[in-house]
Amino acid sequence: MAKIYLDYAATTPVDPNVLKAMSPYFKKDFGNPSSIHGFGQKALGAVDEAREKLANFLGCDATEIVFTGSATEANNLAIFGLVGKGDHIITSQIEHHAVLEPCQILEKRGVEVTYLPVTKEGLVDPDQVKKAIRPNTVLVSIMYANNEIGTVQPVAEIGQFLKSKAQNPKPKIYFHTDAVQAVNYLDCNVKNLGVDLLTISSHKIYGPKGVGSLFVRKGVPLKPIIYGGGHERGLRSGTENVAGVVGLGQAVEEIQNPKLKIQNIRIRQLRDKIIKRITKIIPDSRLNGSPKLRLPNNINISFKGVEGEALVIALDQKGIAVSTGSACSSKSLKPSHVLLALGLSQEQAHGSLRISLGKFTTEKEIEKFLKVLPSVVKRLREISGYK
Amino acid sequence: MKSHYSKEIIEHFLHPKHLGKIKNASGVGDTENLRCGDVMRIYIKVKKEKGKEIIEDVKFETLGCAAAVAASDMICELAKGKTLEKALTVGYKNISSKLGDLPPMKVHCAQLAQTGLKMAIEDYQKKKRQ
Repeated sequence: MAKIYLDYAATTPVDPNVLKAMSPYFKKDFGNPSSIHGFGQKALGAVDEAREKLANFLGCDATEIVFTGSATEANNLAIFGLVGKGDHIITSQIEHHAVLEPCQILEKRGVEVTYLPVTKEGLVDPDQVKKAIRPNTVLVSIMYANNEIGTVQPVAEIGQFLKSKAQNPKPKIYFHTDAVQAVNYLDCNVKNLGVDLLTISSHKIYGPKGVGSLFVRKGVPLKPIIYGGGHERGLRSGTENVAGVVGLGQAVEEIQNPKLKIQNIRIRQLRDKIIKRITKIIPDSRLNGSPKLRLPNNINISFKGVEGEALVIALDQKGIAVSTGSACSSKSLKPSHVLLALGLSQEQAHGSLRISLGKFTTEKEIEKFLKVLPSVVKRLREISGYK
Repeated sequence: MKSHYSKEIIEHFLHPKHLGKIKNASGVGDTENLRCGDVMRIYIKVKKEKGKEIIEDVKFETLGCAAAVAASDMICELAKGKTLEKALTVGYKNISSKLGDLPPMKVHCAQLAQTGLKMAIEDYQKKKRQ
């Protein structure tokens, strides 16, 4: 039985071109980019080339790219590196834990944090950002697209407002966006977005795991969180993950392939088909998030009388890999904070299913999934005694 | 390669033997895990035999994860045919080990099943007194 992977928001397989680009840097060209001999210079050249690729994609200068060990680290660097006691941060209730937890830790250290609520569709209201600004606000961090419900936030609008605010010189409010889920599908030009800091993950864009990047606009007074060697212009010490960085660079280059635009339209069509079919054929199912302002590859649906973890396990037994925001699947036994922020009841969050598509998803796979899902939901409703 | 759930858990989750309702049950136990939100209902049918009260039949309905469903089925299996006193001695550890060990994160599912049975027995005893 061929397995069907519908969890691209969790991670993606490495693209064959990416793997090919990476392979010399494990063995043949294994040098340390800090070494001044030929081995080192070859590795340094590869890292620089990858940096250029990212800069080209983001519309920034290569010196504004910092490679990290993950997007989580990039988010931590953006927040801990900029904010100190007495400062104020504005963020949203639906950020990834990699943003929320640093904020919560800073709260304990005397930082003020505003967690903006979202609409029922999961959108941050730019007016609320404006209203939340205080004299001591130094950072606004709003994700570009949400990882659970795929809602696309008005980042450019917020960026534009903060830029106009910056005319008034003091104090400068820096704008960070976690763009991890957006990179495959949305414009990430940092000038268009008006951001000062932007986080990228490699393994969500068909690159390898263990590498991320933070765009840091020139002049942002960022301090490192990892010390010891002064790599990455002092912002991220530690020998570069050369093969990983090369992989990330190649993954970003692949995204710019014009063919991908057509690919993304195809993915969007599959998404719409899934949403339409499921909500039509399965009673008591509802879409979570926004129908329109949504990533082309994200579907999040709640089923009444069904628990999400059981649904994921049952589908896995049929060879289909998906995800859930159910409490039973989390380490904390708490339901998804994102779904609760939308105003969903605990029970609705309990029965949520996330289906995320990718460039290798086929029409045939979706047909199979749509054939299997109704019977699995029906069976779990028998088990729960629902209706 | 070690998987999260044992074969036994998956088997009891996919093919529970004791799923369903009992009409005119002698006792019904409703229990909920307030942390994760799982909901479980255990039905028992009690018969008297030589002065002993024996669980003749036991069924469940569970809105919960695969482990909660498997634990529900297992408590039914372990309680069936036992006297009430004996059934009450079935602990969550028995349930877990019979399922080839629940993952540590899922032990509370077995505790929920244990509580569910206890409440069904208590419900029966309450009804008896009325």
